[in-house]
Amino acid sequence: MSLLIGTFTIGCILSLLALGVFISFRIFAFPDITADGSITLGASVAATLLVRGVSPPLASLAGFFAGMLAGACTGTLHTRFKINSLLSGILVMTALYSINLHIMGKSNVPLLSVTTLATQSESIGLKIMRGATSFNLAGWEVSVRDASVMAAVALAVALTGVLLYLFLRTNLGMAMRATGDNVQMIRALGVNDANMIVFGVAISNGLVALSGALLAQYQGFADVGMGIGMVVWGLASVIIGEALVGTNQLGMTIIGAVMGSVLFRLLVAVALRWGLSPNDLKLITAAFVFCALIVPQFLRKKRLRSAHA
Amino acid sequence: MLEVQSVSKTFNAGTPNEVRSLRGVNLELAEGSWVIIIGTNGSGKSTLLNAVAGTFPVDDGKIRLARRDMTRWPEHQRAALIGRVFQNPFSGTSPSLTIRENLSLASRRGCGRGLGWGLKASLVARMRDEVSRLNMGLEDRLENAIGSLSGGQRQALTLVMATWLRPDLLLLDEHTAALDPKSADLVIALTEQVIARDKLTSLMVTHSMHQAANLGDRLIMMHRGQIIHDFQGAAKRRLRPDDLLARFEEVRRAEQLDESAAQMLAEQYV
Repeated sequence: MSLLIGTFTIGCILSLLALGVFISFRIFAFPDITADGSITLGASVAATLLVRGVSPPLASLAGFFAGMLAGACTGTLHTRFKINSLLSGILVMTALYSINLHIMGKSNVPLLSVTTLATQSESIGLKIMRGATSFNLAGWEVSVRDASVMAAVALAVALTGVLLYLFLRTNLGMAMRATGDNVQMIRALGVNDANMIVFGVAISNGLVALSGALLAQYQGFADVGMGIGMVVWGLASVIIGEALVGTNQLGMTIIGAVMGSVLFRLLVAVALRWGLSPNDLKLITAAFVFCALIVPQFLRKKRLRSAHA
Repeated sequence: MLEVQSVSKTFNAGTPNEVRSLRGVNLELAEGSWVIIIGTNGSGKSTLLNAVAGTFPVDDGKIRLARRDMTRWPEHQRAALIGRVFQNPFSGTSPSLTIRENLSLASRRGCGRGLGWGLKASLVARMRDEVSRLNMGLEDRLENAIGSLSGGQRQALTLVMATWLRPDLLLLDEHTAALDPKSADLVIALTEQVIARDKLTSLMVTHSMHQAANLGDRLIMMHRGQIIHDFQGAAKRRLRPDDLLARFEEVRRAEQLDESAAQMLAEQYV
């Protein structure tokens, strides 16, 4: 049971990463690799501030803004200096590796004896349960600590999802969506599309960094290598989410990205339980995204062929 | 209203693919006039429209609209004064956004875009009005994605969007060329209505001699990046499609003469 709760919690935390990837890849069709660096950036900024005694919500918010800054750099490289979008992301991601090391001062910052959002939600949970350390849920013994962290994370993700949905329906948010959809039209309607891209990629990376900040607090450390392959992870979640909801309505795609992230984490946990070596995880994830990308093409071809036959 | 002063544009300058698309074009539009542009392929008519819209910077010359020099303005800044409908019906709308969202975007053309709610009730009510005037039954489908509509419907909506806020200048770039005849007639009727209603100043490129003869109050013909004919007032009213075809024939003959003359010279002197 505690494994299931842990899986769900990490799935929720990484769903913020999935939402970030959703914004860059799906809304802007901007293949943004910066996320690999900005998730670590969020973790290292939050962890460093937490160790200095900054309050956890503030430290997490700082992580978010650091991510936005990184995203704005990528967007500016692309729009202002006309560097290919993929390369812009790679440049910033590479630079972030050194920056993250500088922020942390070493390759790993442990958060074991520090107040974090996780310990704060645990103590709130314990207060609500009047000191009981576990409760019974449908015959399962559930630790109050695990459950309260999970509830807090789920709440935070739900709040972020709703805020993102509302934002994307404001005048600014609609202009951003239209920029990714039809640049010619949005320019003809008087919108500076370059600014929209910079801002959009910034928000995307802000969410990714927030995800990193929460992840560091949950797992109790920030590590300079924690971001490797995270873009692909997020993409896998988005793809699963799209398959789950099967529509491109805005609200449903956001819910889909969150659900996809949780489900993907669950699949990975099951695979690991069945004896998949953790070393193979990235390979399997990449292979999964590869399949998810080519299967629709393959099906379309097959359908065309059978229609002609 | 619109002043185009000796505007030139050369694409791929200094390469074998060099194209001198505009060669010192001068054009002045009075307020409320509707000017039709015709010309052969590559004559520079669409380039002229794009130069006014700011799709690319011009090499030389000045472009002024509503007493403002906008030669150096980027495209999105000029959009505050200009409404546009493109040849491709898919260019003017955002397919994955709903009809309402597209109209809402158009209702803030040239205004800042902040965190205000995009779909205010009063705005949606006006959308219903405007869209029902198209007689396409779209007023009940405002929440559908625009990508699900036909080209004609999308082009009609693009026209509504381009004129939602009264533009100082309306640019129509062969906006019916990609439509079936029935949709084309419908969009032309809507164009006439909206131009008459709002007394718009408009510049319209067309391939249709029929449209060129029947619409607008002035007609210019372009060839090789220059304006070679300019019909106004009574002269424009007398024009028939056959007259225009005759002018095209003239141009074609002149071209041939040029070529044979060049050949003769080459044979004699080289």
